[in-house]
Amino acid sequence: MPAVALALSLAVVSGACGSNTTDTATTATTVAGSTTADAAPGKDSKAVGFIFVGPKDDFGYNQAAFQGSEAVKKAFPDVEVLTAENVPETDDAARVMEGMIDKGAKIIFATSYGHLDPAMKVAAAHPDVAVVQQGNLIKGTVPANAGTYFGTVYEPVYLAGIVAGKQTKSNKLGYVYAFPIPQTISNINAFELGAQSVNPAAQTYVVNTSHWCDPGKQAAAAKSLLDQGVDVITQHQDCTGTITKAAEAAGAMVVGYHADASSLAPKGWIAGSEWSWADLYTDIVKTALAGDFTGSQYNANFREGLKDGQNPFVESKLGPSVGAEVKSLLDTAKERISTIGSPFAGPVVTQDGKTLVADGTVPDYATIESIMTVFVKGVVGELPKN
Amino acid sequence: MTLVTEVMTGAIRGGTSILYAGVGESYAESAGVVNLGTEGSMLVGALAAYAVASETNNPWAGAVAGLVAGGVLALVHAYFVLHRRANQLANGLVVLFLGLGLTSLFGASYVSKPAKSFTPWRIPGLGSLPAVGDILFNHDPLTYLSFLLVPASWWLLTRSRWGLLLRAAGERTEVLSSYGHSVRRIQYIAVVLGGTLAGLGGAQLAIAYANAWFENMVQGRGFVAVAVVIFAARQPFKVAAGSYLFGAALALSPALQARGYGINQFALDAIPYVTIIVVLVALGRRRAAEAPEGLKKVFEVSPST
Repeated sequence: MPAVALALSLAVVSGACGSNTTDTATTATTVAGSTTADAAPGKDSKAVGFIFVGPKDDFGYNQAAFQGSEAVKKAFPDVEVLTAENVPETDDAARVMEGMIDKGAKIIFATSYGHLDPAMKVAAAHPDVAVVQQGNLIKGTVPANAGTYFGTVYEPVYLAGIVAGKQTKSNKLGYVYAFPIPQTISNINAFELGAQSVNPAAQTYVVNTSHWCDPGKQAAAAKSLLDQGVDVITQHQDCTGTITKAAEAAGAMVVGYHADASSLAPKGWIAGSEWSWADLYTDIVKTALAGDFTGSQYNANFREGLKDGQNPFVESKLGPSVGAEVKSLLDTAKERISTIGSPFAGPVVTQDGKTLVADGTVPDYATIESIMTVFVKGVVGELPKN
Repeated sequence: MTLVTEVMTGAIRGGTSILYAGVGESYAESAGVVNLGTEGSMLVGALAAYAVASETNNPWAGAVAGLVAGGVLALVHAYFVLHRRANQLANGLVVLFLGLGLTSLFGASYVSKPAKSFTPWRIPGLGSLPAVGDILFNHDPLTYLSFLLVPASWWLLTRSRWGLLLRAAGERTEVLSSYGHSVRRIQYIAVVLGGTLAGLGGAQLAIAYANAWFENMVQGRGFVAVAVVIFAARQPFKVAAGSYLFGAALALSPALQARGYGINQFALDAIPYVTIIVVLVALGRRRAAEAPEGLKKVFEVSPST
């Protein structure tokens, strides 16, 4: 169905262009002297551009990123904030970013995992534009005007795994995920490790949808897991509503992801992890506007975790059924991760008994990204083969 | 639940939206009009159903809204094809884009809104039968409605006088007009009825199956329905079988995974479509001769009076 694919991408692109917010009042007074050849990326940018892969209110990843862009709008009233939703992870993304640069943006946030390549292309073409991408690590040399940023997502997910491990009755936890990428695999592994740290019998059953958001496939995935007797469901999807509602309707417990969706599961919600981008986005914009982007912590691969206290990925509120005992277990675990530096401190063993992280070793972020190609012991299911 | 029971239950849950669209398309194709805009009708049906169910807190009102929205979009197709003599295939795609555009425009605010959805009704007695109870008698009301739609449509299309006129509109237009019937009027009714049912299929997807509205959430199910109608030779029972087959292929992958089996990533996505293609190829040649006259000249719609 190539015609359909073409049609869909056309529709998506036109939707994306149409949703640029343009008419925000731009009262930025031109700073004297800014006309001199000052190539500091992002300096005195009149606008900041954000591209999102999905809609801004998906109860998930994009909603969280959009809220971050709203915080930037509030923090810098003189700077125009341009946003585009449903930007595909193709060259079309580069075109949307170019359009934003034409409108005066010298700071661009490309917020999806698959936006890396177009973002780096745009960065190479515009050395005066600060381009930051959310999620990946840049391999090799990092361009002076580019950077990536993210949180150590697996830390709050590990903590949520502890709640799931304590709350489960069937010792079967369910995980619906989209693609077998390192971030997702490390989340699943962290979730299982968290659960088994308090409940050695807890197992995590995984189902892949190979789509960031296909409600039809999500419904089928949730149903299959529930049929297997899973009583806690969590997910790594962009739009999270279908799975949350399916679990709630079946009387199962829910661990959220990306955003607080406890309103969708008032009975079943037990824990979750969500993005809180406001501070980080604001600080990145501030740094770039001041002309200090190059050489800053954002001009490379920025990752912060519990140890540094700056993780933009935080724990969601706990559900009403979570008691004081679980809360104190969480505090202990948080303390431990903050001291050691990672929930993946060795020994970590794979499904087939091989050592993934040796006893006494604490892997850093880059190492975790590179070794997360297998599931740990306790995860039930196989990764899709390519 | 055993794997077989689970996949068969999933086949019906996941296949029902396709079944509605497919049975609807059987009417349109029997009358000689192909509507590739079926996907669009499903989309507007899904959004309208979700929006109305959300605003009124009543899924039945949502289902009616989905029905109407799907029919209205099909009316656009009917108008351009039957009145303006537009190319059926191209116009069907235009109608799909129209549905996509409209729903992404008006649907944005409903992405995060909750809506009252249909819940499964376990039929007393029958629902507690082993296996069969889960497979057939523990579904949402729209699924039960589809169980009635299939035999009713079979009777209408093959046994009723109206069905005869409909098929004549597709196969023997000259005869029909010489008897004083308006071919165009019959084709209008068939296309709009088709869109109406596709809209109801979209409604089932949004407010009974996935319980969500999301941009482009139909994800090609409308095209699958059109394909199913072709290999089912527009016969409602075979359309139902084809839809459930697709539903089963969709349900198989998560069911296997939840039991710990790994599946090739590409196979995972391809299984449902490959299933349909294989069946199409297997049955297509034999059925070629059965296609209505009107469909053999799709690039020039049959003359209408």
